[in-house]
Parts: sequence; C-alpha cells; structure tokens
Amino acid sequence: MKEGTLTPEEVMAHLASRLSQGIRDTSIRRWDQGKKRVPHYTLWVELDRDFLKPAIQALMEIQFPHLSVIAGADLGDAIRLLYIFSIQYGSPKSEYMVTFAIPLPKSDPTVPTISDLIPGAVFSEREKQEFFGIRVTGIPDNRRLFLPEDFPDGVFPWRKDGTGVQEGMVKDLWKSKRPENRPAPPVEGKRPGTAAGEGTPAAAPAEGLTRGVEK
Amino acid sequence: MSGEAKKAPYRVPIGPNHPALKEPVMFTFEMEGEVVKDVDFAPGQAHRGIEWMGMRRNPVQIVHLTDRICGICGVVHSLSFSLAVEQIAGIEVPERADYIRAIVHEFERIQSHLLWAGVAAHELGFDSLLHLTWRVREEAMDVIENLTGNRVNYGIVQVGGVRRDIVPEQHPVIEKCLATYEGLLDTLLSFFLDDRTIQMRCRDVGVLSRRDALELCTVGPTARASGVNVDLRQDYPYAAYGDLDVKAILPERHLGETHGDVYDRIVVRLLEVGQSCQIIRQCLSEMPAGPVTAEEKLVKLLATCKKATGEGIGRVEAPRGECLHYVRMEGKDSPASWKVKASSYSNLMSWIPMLRGSQIADIPIIVASIDPCLSCTDRVAIVQDNRRSILSKDDLHRLSVEKTRRLQG
Repeated sequence: MKEGTLTPEEVMAHLASRLSQGIRDTSIRRWDQGKKRVPHYTLWVELDRDFLKPAIQALMEIQFPHLSVIAGADLGDAIRLLYIFSIQYGSPKSEYMVTFAIPLPKSDPTVPTISDLIPGAVFSEREKQEFFGIRVTGIPDNRRLFLPEDFPDGVFPWRKDGTGVQEGMVKDLWKSKRPENRPAPPVEGKRPGTAAGEGTPAAAPAEGLTRGVEK
Repeated sequence: MSGEAKKAPYRVPIGPNHPALKEPVMFTFEMEGEVVKDVDFAPGQAHRGIEWMGMRRNPVQIVHLTDRICGICGVVHSLSFSLAVEQIAGIEVPERADYIRAIVHEFERIQSHLLWAGVAAHELGFDSLLHLTWRVREEAMDVIENLTGNRVNYGIVQVGGVRRDIVPEQHPVIEKCLATYEGLLDTLLSFFLDDRTIQMRCRDVGVLSRRDALELCTVGPTARASGVNVDLRQDYPYAAYGDLDVKAILPERHLGETHGDVYDRIVVRLLEVGQSCQIIRQCLSEMPAGPVTAEEKLVKLLATCKKATGEGIGRVEAPRGECLHYVRMEGKDSPASWKVKASSYSNLMSWIPMLRGSQIADIPIIVASIDPCLSCTDRVAIVQDNRRSILSKDDLHRLSVEKTRRLQG
C-alpha cells in the first residue's frame, strides 16, 4: 500500500483490484463547501453480497474503517443495504466516505455478519434485522434492539410492502379530541358580576385585563 | 428460590429509566460483590419511529422534525439532514450560511459540554461545581436564544441555508459571552483537573482502549479520549470548517499521555469549549457578506426537492460525536428512505468494556462519561434471596457520593 493519503480514485482502484468481478457499479461524488470550497468526497460501490466481506478487508488494508451505520431502503422487490464507512480519518481534510450498497432480494434476504471483522457492527445489524426483516447469518446476538418485546412478529416498520406498519398500529394524535369525563379544573369559573379590582387578582387576570380596556 | 440463585454473580437490573442518560435504557449487570462482571443493555425504550414519520413528510417538514430528535443537539440533526438533501437536489448553500451554521453549531457544543460537565460533577458529589457550570452555561443558552429565537429546538437550519442572519448588533452579545468563557476556562480546568478527589474518582476508571474504541465504532469525545484521532471538523470538513483548520483535541497533545478513562473524557470536553470559542471568533471575523439561504420561498424549495432523485449522506460532528443522516429521494414529496444515526448510537457499545470490572458506585459516572445528558436513574432493583429491594436514584447517587467521601478519608 502507498504511504500517506490516497486520492478517491486511488481508493477506488484499490477496491477494484481486490474485487474485480464483484463490483457492479461505482461512482465518486464531490461536494464543495465554505469560502475555500473544500471538497467532500463520497465513494459509492454497488456490490454483490458475496463480496461484502472481501470489500471490507480491502478497506482494512488502507486503515481500520469506521463503520458509521448500516442504512437501508426498500426498493420493492429487494432491500438495498448500505454499509457506510469512512477511511483516512485523522489526516486533515482527506477523509472519504465509502458506501457499499448491496441488493438483497426479498425472496432470500440474507447477508453474512461483518461483526467478526468489526465487532461494533452487531448493533446496526440487529436494528436492520428488526426494521427490514432481513436475516444476518452468523450474528452473535440475535435479539431485538429497539422494538419492544410485545411488538408483533412479521411486521418490519421500514418495509413498504404488506409487512410494513399496519393501519391500526398508528395513533393519529391530531384526531384525538379533548377527553370527556375529566374532573372539573380546580379553578373558579368566571363570575360576570364582579368588577375589576374585586376578588383575588391572581384568580382572573385575563378577565380583569379586558375590563380595564373597556373602561 | 433455588439455592443456585443465591450464589454470585447476582443479576442487577438498572433501568429502563436509568442512571445517566436522558434516554431510558435497560441495563442488566452481573455483579460479584461490588464488582461488575458483565453488562448487557437494551435500548429502544424511547424509540419514537421518527424515520417512519419522516418517510411520510416532505423535506421542509422533516427539518423541523429533526430539530426535535434531541433536546440538547438542536442543530446537528437538522444540519446533517439538510446537507444530505442539498447534495441530492444540488442546492448550493451560500457561504454566509455556512458560517452561521458553524457559529450556532459551536455554541451548541459549548452548552452541551458544560451541561455534561455539571452532570459529571454532580455524579461525583461535587455539587458546587454543578451549580457553577450550569450557571455559566446559561450565557451560551442566552446567546443561542438571541441568534435563533429559541433556547432549544432552534429552528435555525433550513434546506439551502439558515433562516436568520447574524446582524452587526449581535456581535457584541456573542463577544461578551466568549470573553466570559475564555476568562473562566482556566478556573474550570483547574477545578476539574487539579482536584484530587476528581482524580481519584476518574483516573483509570471506565477505561476504553484505543483498539476497543476503533472496533466498537466509537465516535466523538469518547473516541478522542481513547486516543483515536477523529473529528469531522478536521477530517471531513463541512459548512465553514474547511476554511478554519480545526485540530482534534486529543489527551496526548495536552497531557502527554492517553489513559482512555473518564478523566480524559473530561479533559477533551473542557478543552473543546475553549476551542469552540476560538472557532466562533474566527467565523465572526471571516464571515462573508451575502444571502443566508439559497431559496427563500419554501414552495420553490419544495418543488426543487420534489424533483430530486438520488442518495446522499450528511455528516457532522455533534457535541457527542459523528451524527449521520442517509437520505434517498425518488422524485416524490417525501424521501423514499431516511436513516438517522445519532452520535450515541455509535457510543453505546463502548459501555460494555468500560463497565466490566468497575464498581457499582462508579456506574453513574462511567455511564455518564460517554454522554452529556444525565437525568433519571429512576430505580435499581436488586433481587437477592427472593427479596427485592429497590434502590432509588437517590440511593445510587448516595452510593457514589459516599465513595467520594471515603476516598477523601
């Protein structure tokens, strides 16, 4: 490996040399900000799932990659998983985000765990299992993460098909009205006869105010 | 009860409303005497399904939703969401807006770190320091209110820029606040770092090794305190940070060594308060003139967003570490997919190595050490010999204070 920092193209070439057939598509996107228009690179790599682990190992040859999160999207007949990494942290202005996007067909939504390479990944893998209904094979901790224990099986909140959140599961709070049969509030009602300086001023400040205006 | 259950290790559940986080988490500790043998935790007690809600709203509505993800970090979520959408829709943010974003962002870091410092002092039984830090924190809150109109849920960031400009009359207000902090920082540092009791309670307590920090994907001050050189303002500059040359605060650079303990986390956070003051000052003097938003009319902005297709990642350095938003737009009103990765999401796993082998009285400070928001240990239930005794938040806090007093002799 070359010493020092690599350019985005060099990172991409390194990945391509390690996984020649596995890569379906790549793109390098640049976004500039600030007065100096400092560039900001995101590298996107479309992979087959069998090449996920070799791809991570290839990143590890550059630097131990920081896994930010595993994101996902429901594309209809497949779940698109995105493993969002960053490399070259620690060297000013030369960090890149590297995203491995993997399509998982809904007929076989399995992906191997990467927690043997990056132990912290198990957190995000558990979340993807419960929210997208995928199966992470070899995951060391198969429990739910965020969803409560009594959440129904077979419902995956971020899916957009029939297994997503069902109609009756959502409470539309804006539809709810003020509950009836509540006890009366512990304040005295308005007494139309009283004049502005009478009674306790704290009890009816608003009323006293309007009266003052009328005068 | 069988005889087996009487044997050590005892299982001690803490939570779901728990020692040191604003978010409730359920902890289960395996205890042997006073020592934690193993830890497990179950988050999600406060999962509100915000991503699900966002996938049914348009980007302008989501920006206001992101303001409400966290009560402390009011700007990081809206900023990273906006960064993601701007990249997808190709909206160029005016340079002045980049600077205003950075200024509010740094004030947020100041108030968040001071809040955390006060909480840490309280957990150690040093309540005079809690009152000092929380009193001075109000100055940052007042400036934030002056700049944005709100103390929390700032509502300052909009897709394409910011919603309010900083006018020259506000410069003295900011300057006065910065001068206060810079005058106070040495005092605060000596209170926290030279105090023998704080050293005894925090040095080599809750240690996270550099290797663990890397492998568990730790971010922010927690990672930096373990010697990992990460700071997005330095590595992956966004908004105005590319112009500013920020350097990550590492314990090694300031103390000459890295322990990766609670003490180092205090050092990193306090020094970052001073760093934030410098950044704000630099931003104010270098801020270019010009508009503060790419598109003032929300209808036009929404029309641009509606046409956008693609994927984007917005990523900022929140007070607690990296905050990341992934957005996928498919030419509809609302995003096809949205994933929020808050900084604590990456840091929770680091509790396990930190807490293993620590004492029960150190649990509050260790749990607090990764995250600034420490509010509600509701109860700890100790189940032993079929009798259940409830330790309240006050009891747990008392245990921690008693340990401080014991060490003081």
